[in-house]
Amino acid sequence: MTTAEFDEDDNPYDLLAEDHDEGHRWAFGTGFTDPLDGVDTAVPDGVDPAALARCCLALGDDALIYSHRLQQWVARLPELEEETAVANIALDLLGQARLLLSRAGGILGRGEDQLAFFRDEGEFRNVALAEHADRDFAELVVRLLIFSAWRLALFENLAAAPDPVLAAIAAKGVNELAYHRDYAARWVIRLGDGTDLSHAKTQAALDALWPLVGELFRGDPDVQAMLPASPGDRTVHHGTEHDRAFDAVLGTVLATAGLDRPAATPLALVGGRAGRDGVHTEAMGYILAELQSVARAHPDATW
Amino acid sequence: MPDWPLYEVFLRGKRGLNHVHVGSLHAADAEMALRHARDLYTRRNEGVSIWVVKASDITASSPDEKDPFFKPSGDKVYRHPTFYDIPADVPHM
Repeated sequence: MTTAEFDEDDNPYDLLAEDHDEGHRWAFGTGFTDPLDGVDTAVPDGVDPAALARCCLALGDDALIYSHRLQQWVARLPELEEETAVANIALDLLGQARLLLSRAGGILGRGEDQLAFFRDEGEFRNVALAEHADRDFAELVVRLLIFSAWRLALFENLAAAPDPVLAAIAAKGVNELAYHRDYAARWVIRLGDGTDLSHAKTQAALDALWPLVGELFRGDPDVQAMLPASPGDRTVHHGTEHDRAFDAVLGTVLATAGLDRPAATPLALVGGRAGRDGVHTEAMGYILAELQSVARAHPDATW
Repeated sequence: MPDWPLYEVFLRGKRGLNHVHVGSLHAADAEMALRHARDLYTRRNEGVSIWVVKASDITASSPDEKDPFFKPSGDKVYRHPTFYDIPADVPHM
């Protein structure tokens, strides 16, 4: 960084950092204590605790595994500034994973670390899109666009979930996901509408990832059970019809980027089962080996 | 990327009245620079407003000209408003 002459006594960061309501400066996630510490975690009447736990596991696992995939990009990106951006997004998702796994763990009687590090592959509920290994930067931004557009639409609805803790987690996540989607969309447009080479690579990324989109809209019953009771509050329609918000966003971005929406068929299910049922792609075993090996080798270690 | 231009970043803190220069970064255009600035310089909740300016658009005084520029005002104490007695009932002084 080149800066003008810099006076030690006149550090601009001191000026900016001073007096900003203490206690909120280090927002969620820097402490290793329970992220739901001090929150009333009683499950309200009318909410099935088992379904709530499964819903939080599903959404928490999506964030945990996706975050891990983004962390693997750090130190390999083409530019320092992009590295910070991607690391920020990975940290946001890790924060969401901690909150969601803590919510599930409170019901299941297991801590967030227990759930993250001591479950086997078949117990993870994340979608295949989260575990995909990006082959290049185009896949990174296209996958992030698909994931964040889908997750944002879902979280906007879950912000009115009958469980107040899940609703608060979703409401917090909405701002984060809106930024992730904005970051990804800008890059998809920049690359899709760029040179012949960048356009071809971005279209190839879209074609490669599109078979993973179908799984996102299969409609997990546990997640659906946590959506607001009134259909009028929902914009997510799971099942055969794709989410309208997702469709609209993807349609706008792809049109602006000059990219063709692929007509690829969804990845085939395995005996009618997919990520939410604990059936994963080959990549998942390698991810978990890297993610869990240290915690499993030293199960009594503390932070 | 060596061909990305340099942008200077200015932040305004929550209680701050003015934007303060905090550093610089590379970006392909101003919109990207704004987002890079958000990711690089506001990670610890420092700011509520960001300006980015292309470094090449800034005209700066040269260190070589420091003396002719600034020395002449050094001995003119009468330019400081220190020769008034401020009445006790004037607030905010």
